[in-house]
Amino acid sequence: MLARGIGIMNAVSEAGGEGTRPPQPGPKVRLRMINARVSRGGALFLGALPFLVAAGAYLIASGKRLDANPADKLLPSPAQMWSAFLDLATVPDKRSGDLILWVDTYASLVRLFAGVAAATLVALSLGIAIGFIPRVRAFLLPFVTVVCVIPPLALLPILFIALGLGETAKITLIAIGVAPVMVRDIANRVMELPPELIAKAQTLGGNSWTMVLRLVLPQVMPRLITCVRLALGPAWLFLIAAEAIASTEGLGYRIFLVRRYLSMDVILPYVAWITLLAVITDWLLVRLSRALSPWAHPVEAK
Amino acid sequence: MSRIVVHGLEKSYGDARVLERVNVTAEAGEFLSLVGASGCGKSTFLRILLGQEQQSGGVVIVGDSPIVPEPTPQRGIVFQRYSVFPHLTAIQNLLLVEDFRSGGPFGRVFGVRRRSARQEAEAMLERVGLAHARDLYPASLSGGMQQRLAIAQTLLGRPQILLLDEPFGALDPGIRVEMHELLTELWTEHGMTVVMVTHDIGEAFKLGTRVLVFDKVRHDPQFPSAYGATITYDLKLDRKNRASSRDVAKVAAMVGTARPDAAMATTASQGRS
Repeated sequence: MLARGIGIMNAVSEAGGEGTRPPQPGPKVRLRMINARVSRGGALFLGALPFLVAAGAYLIASGKRLDANPADKLLPSPAQMWSAFLDLATVPDKRSGDLILWVDTYASLVRLFAGVAAATLVALSLGIAIGFIPRVRAFLLPFVTVVCVIPPLALLPILFIALGLGETAKITLIAIGVAPVMVRDIANRVMELPPELIAKAQTLGGNSWTMVLRLVLPQVMPRLITCVRLALGPAWLFLIAAEAIASTEGLGYRIFLVRRYLSMDVILPYVAWITLLAVITDWLLVRLSRALSPWAHPVEAK
Repeated sequence: MSRIVVHGLEKSYGDARVLERVNVTAEAGEFLSLVGASGCGKSTFLRILLGQEQQSGGVVIVGDSPIVPEPTPQRGIVFQRYSVFPHLTAIQNLLLVEDFRSGGPFGRVFGVRRRSARQEAEAMLERVGLAHARDLYPASLSGGMQQRLAIAQTLLGRPQILLLDEPFGALDPGIRVEMHELLTELWTEHGMTVVMVTHDIGEAFKLGTRVLVFDKVRHDPQFPSAYGATITYDLKLDRKNRASSRDVAKVAAMVGTARPDAAMATTASQGRS
């Protein structure tokens, strides 16, 4: 503090006085940790560090195990994983003639997106109805609140019994798993809309339906996309659980199938592939939100 | 453009009485300024006029019939905050008025009607000095610009009654004077009845043709919320012949919160100009 104060006094006397020398740069001040900014390069380095550490630790451990036993299956080398992954991606399966990776990916993504899309539609319509119309809220909110706390995986046997082992049961599990939370979230967001805006829309001649279209829908859109982003995590969980139990293709099915042969060289690339797909989906949703609701992202839009 | 008659108005929240025995008649084209201490129920009174809240007793008549207990295009409103729609640009905020009014089930007008609505909206933007900001979202407008946009939007709705709930409360003094001029001009052009709630006594005297003071006349020391506020002072102003400083000081003393000298300074500067 003291050093800083003297620095300022020097600068003032120079600015007002005879000297034309530029003011001396003051002594370097140690800022509090919460105020110290990170440069772009620094942020890049710090962000990459955990990835590098994890990869390095894996490489060292894998190298040691393979040195001791070249036939070790638990920690395969990157080369082994890459060749296994490439095989699945490019070499047709001997029995079915399919490119397994792409068949698995397609089957899983169709289930995932069908389930999440159904949940989103339900969340949007029910959430807006519950949040905006007091009668619907009184009718449905207690029910949705209770449904929210049922563990979805406990419903899986019921779904398999009721809907069979086909796609319907898996998609339904994903939809049932993520929809209730999304409905509540959207309903809350609608109830949080400033009453001033709703009153104003009515004084401009809006009726219940046109206010949904022109006021509520655009206002909840950013929140809806955030909701979908958050729901995708549990959705992957339910997808893989459903595929592990009853399926003939899919990313989750493959992982659990090759587990029997301790094929870590397939499991690890599959996990990485799922992570990549999830990251890309998330990134696309952020872009979508910015394109649909530029008003909600004022800083990023510049 | 419409007369307001309020008779025997009461409002209670549970046991707490906020307003009681409120009687007032406003002729078409009057500009009522509502002042009073914080929490005295003047904003509640305004929300009842708007239809956002319902009175516990008494009647409110606008024009010829009692008001519908929900907001309608008959009564326009400008709030202090959340006064425009943040997801629409300035021009879209103004177009929304026509969209809501005659857009049908899509809430949107098309073709020739959209073009004429756009012309009207642009003229209005020009009128309130926001032509340069037509494609900006409210988040990038200053507080004064947002309130100008809100007033423009409300006026496009052509309300019979304009309700203002501390519309300039969050603005800088300089901007506030600009807004006073704009509002006075628009009021003179359109001639609607205006009811404005304000904390600023000077503003109340400068803009209004009539100043109404809300205060409690009955007090129960054991149960402070037993009695509500009512209109304790009703001062008609002459636009040409400004209020005397004695009146301003008297009202300021009744309200008790504002400094009378500041209030008088605002009114005095208005009187000279």
